Amino acid sequence: MARSSDLSIIAVTKVFGATRAVDDLSLEVPANTYVVLLGASGSGKTTLLSMLGGFTAPTSGQLLLDGRDITLMPPAMRPTATVFQDYALFPHMTVAGNVGFGLSVRGMPKADIAARVEAALDMVGLSGFGPRRITAASGGQRQRIALARALVTEPAMLLLDEPLGALDLNLRRAMQDELRGLQRREGRTFIHVTHDQEEAMAVADMIVIMNKGRIEDAGPPERIYAHPRTRYAATFMGESNILSATFGAGGAETALGVLPVQGKGGSAVVIRPENLRLKAADGTILLGDWTVTACVFQGAFARVAGQIGPVTLHLRCAPRDAPSPGQTCPLYLGPGGVTGLAD
Amino acid sequence: MRRGAVTLAVLLPMLVFIYLPVVTLVLFSLHDGRVPLPPFKGPTLEWYGKILANPRITVATLNSIMVAGVSAAISVGLAMLAGWGLARHRVPGRGLIEALILMPLTVSYLVVGLGLLVATGGLVPKSLALVIVGHVVLNLPLAFAILYVQFDTAQARLEMAARDLGASERQVFWRVTVPSLRVALIAAFALCFTFSWDEFIVAFLLSGFDPTLPVVIWSLLRTGLDPQTNAAGTLVFLVSVVAALMVEAFLLKRRKDGPVL
Amino acid sequence: MTALSPEIQLDHIARRRGLMLVAPAALWTVVFFLLPTLSILWLSLYEIEGGKVGETMSLVNYRRFAEQGYFWQSLVNSLVLTGLVTVISLALAFPLAATIAFQVPPHLQRLCLMLAVLPFWTSYVVRSYAWLLVLAPNGVVNQTLMGLGLTDAPLPLSFNRAATVMGFVHFFTMLATLTIYASLSRINPRLMLAARDLGASGVQVFLRIVLPLSVPGLAAGAFLIVVVVMGDYVTPQILGGNNDLVLPQTIMMQIQRRGDVPMAAALSVVMMVVVAAAYLILARRLTAERT
Repeated sequence: MARSSDLSIIAVTKVFGATRAVDDLSLEVPANTYVVLLGASGSGKTTLLSMLGGFTAPTSGQLLLDGRDITLMPPAMRPTATVFQDYALFPHMTVAGNVGFGLSVRGMPKADIAARVEAALDMVGLSGFGPRRITAASGGQRQRIALARALVTEPAMLLLDEPLGALDLNLRRAMQDELRGLQRREGRTFIHVTHDQEEAMAVADMIVIMNKGRIEDAGPPERIYAHPRTRYAATFMGESNILSATFGAGGAETALGVLPVQGKGGSAVVIRPENLRLKAADGTILLGDWTVTACVFQGAFARVAGQIGPVTLHLRCAPRDAPSPGQTCPLYLGPGGVTGLAD
Repeated sequence: MRRGAVTLAVLLPMLVFIYLPVVTLVLFSLHDGRVPLPPFKGPTLEWYGKILANPRITVATLNSIMVAGVSAAISVGLAMLAGWGLARHRVPGRGLIEALILMPLTVSYLVVGLGLLVATGGLVPKSLALVIVGHVVLNLPLAFAILYVQFDTAQARLEMAARDLGASERQVFWRVTVPSLRVALIAAFALCFTFSWDEFIVAFLLSGFDPTLPVVIWSLLRTGLDPQTNAAGTLVFLVSVVAALMVEAFLLKRRKDGPVL
Repeated sequence: MTALSPEIQLDHIARRRGLMLVAPAALWTVVFFLLPTLSILWLSLYEIEGGKVGETMSLVNYRRFAEQGYFWQSLVNSLVLTGLVTVISLALAFPLAATIAFQVPPHLQRLCLMLAVLPFWTSYVVRSYAWLLVLAPNGVVNQTLMGLGLTDAPLPLSFNRAATVMGFVHFFTMLATLTIYASLSRINPRLMLAARDLGASGVQVFLRIVLPLSVPGLAAGAFLIVVVVMGDYVTPQILGGNNDLVLPQTIMMQIQRRGDVPMAAALSVVMMVVVAAAYLILARRLTAERT
């Protein structure tokens, strides 16, 4: 039995009064994919998740799960389960009571529920937690209880609304790994909403960058980072140097000369800081003499800003290699370091 | 919309039930007839005229206002000091003192009245002063409950800022704490006023020859159903409702203006 | 005196000032509430002899309470009345509070609550009198029923236990609506969404999530009802007629007709014990779980 299903989001729009929270959005998600909806607040990512879960109905458009139209299906009937931002654990029940809730409302016999609950708790690393009270659980434990509660109902899609927001950094990193592992083992589609780009890159098979209700870019993390499609996507993920450009047969014409470019572009290109080098190597191109204006120590690396003529460029390098402000040195572009942006 | 229908189906009968006696009371205070029962004839202000001309009523009303005003003021004053003391100073036995101040909420008014009657044992004559004392006993826990909650961390930050700028304890209290708790103080005062204004049994037991309005209305009840009693009752109701609405208006305004920080 | 460090000196000053600020309220409560209540307890142990308080302490009053069916009956009447009023008021208040909390749009909720509770703000003497107008033999209800042809003779709706129950239920439905609403509005709405997401039907959400989480509001309402109904003299006196006297009425009779204040004191102690028992039963359910 296929545990997961293909998801089709077709021209979905959601209007609240005068705002278009989600604007004519379409997306195809193959089964068993870890999708991250990434964006700032107000981008529409939570609204989209809400529609996938059945808590809001789209103003127009369709949602198909394995070909089945679930657009207007209420949450109880939908084969989805949601992990809410604040977990929404029932305070008056034990951990076992919470985890087994979805099964008990379907009338499953108590013995079966108990077995499934134990299995679910084992899966999230909380064996034996059943009899404990919710109020006694820590933040990280509550997160996992919420996960277990959702997964025990064997949904075709698991929806997670900023699930790691309430955890501290170390716990968050550990949980990211666990979520990734869980999704691989379970084989279900996870749809995970976050504003944290590092989190997105850590867990996703497919990142969907959203802005103002629309998709800016969608694809595997490596591609999105290395070759973003739009200016927004470029600046949202990591740091970028954006240069205006006109595109011609030889490449992109910029203030730094004509540069070889990946992909067609609209009016700008992006160069990631790590593609700028201080030393020449095979395939690098000399850009010019670079005068350093600022150098900021960031632990594992230093962030250095400088000018070639009127153009400001940032790069990252090891702190011991970082030039000081006022120094001038040649700056090189690594191979394949320029990407054309569609807007 | 279905939601609206369900809402009305529950609210309407309940509202009819809740308002039935009050509407009857007010309506038949305007009834042109000896007995305030249907069918309704009128309206007439005859009974209001009679009531307002009745010296017993007017004196009792003044007594009620005085007792309510004074007891509310004392209650709020004591509660504010106690709240300030407990919330901002390390007082030993804080939990015990809180429980003590709130204790009168758990006994009926009858016991409070009876207690004062027994304790004074005929040595202190019944009087409005005694009624004031009793009403403060009843209202102090209420005022305390309302005001104590106001001393939260946001409030403490305001006071710390004031101290940082050089204010003495007394200045902090009068120039920062009291003004910023203004809304709660007014709400507590209005609530205590209304409760005292409406209170019967303690006043009945302790007021002697200077009755308050509810006590006078009680004796009017001896004469059976009478539109005059309706009129008196309506006046009592109106004052209470106006006080309650004033509290609501203040609370509403506070939320519209939003918190200061 | 040896020099204390500045921190300890400040601490002393703070403690002293704190105590001074709390003293007036605490003293008032002790002098005008605690001591009088204790004096009720003390007085209950004396007997009236020939119009004056006797010399010896004894449990005679309590014995009379246990033995004379008349006193015992008034306690039973009080308990039955309290039970009826509690159950009916909570049953009526719950749907009202739930409708306001969940069905009424959020910006209208406070207004609705205010409307539903407005008649609460009036003297209980006046309220009971108003009910008399409604329930009298030729009052509003009877005249309406007869006018509609539903009955021939007026129904005996006043001067009996039913009227007293009605009067109390009216008041406490409003009060309980406030406490239950307070509980319901604190429930994190995501809990209900989560339950639905996991497959629960509307009824299941109500029985397994909403109802258990509204228990603090219900318990608070129940406690207030017990305290007030057990101790209320006015409503039964105006609406209840001459039968089925309740404890407060018996207490007042001892004071006014018999002049037997010690007996009244003893009966008051019994009343306070009953209320204390109710508090102990309800106390655990009064605190809300954080949702």
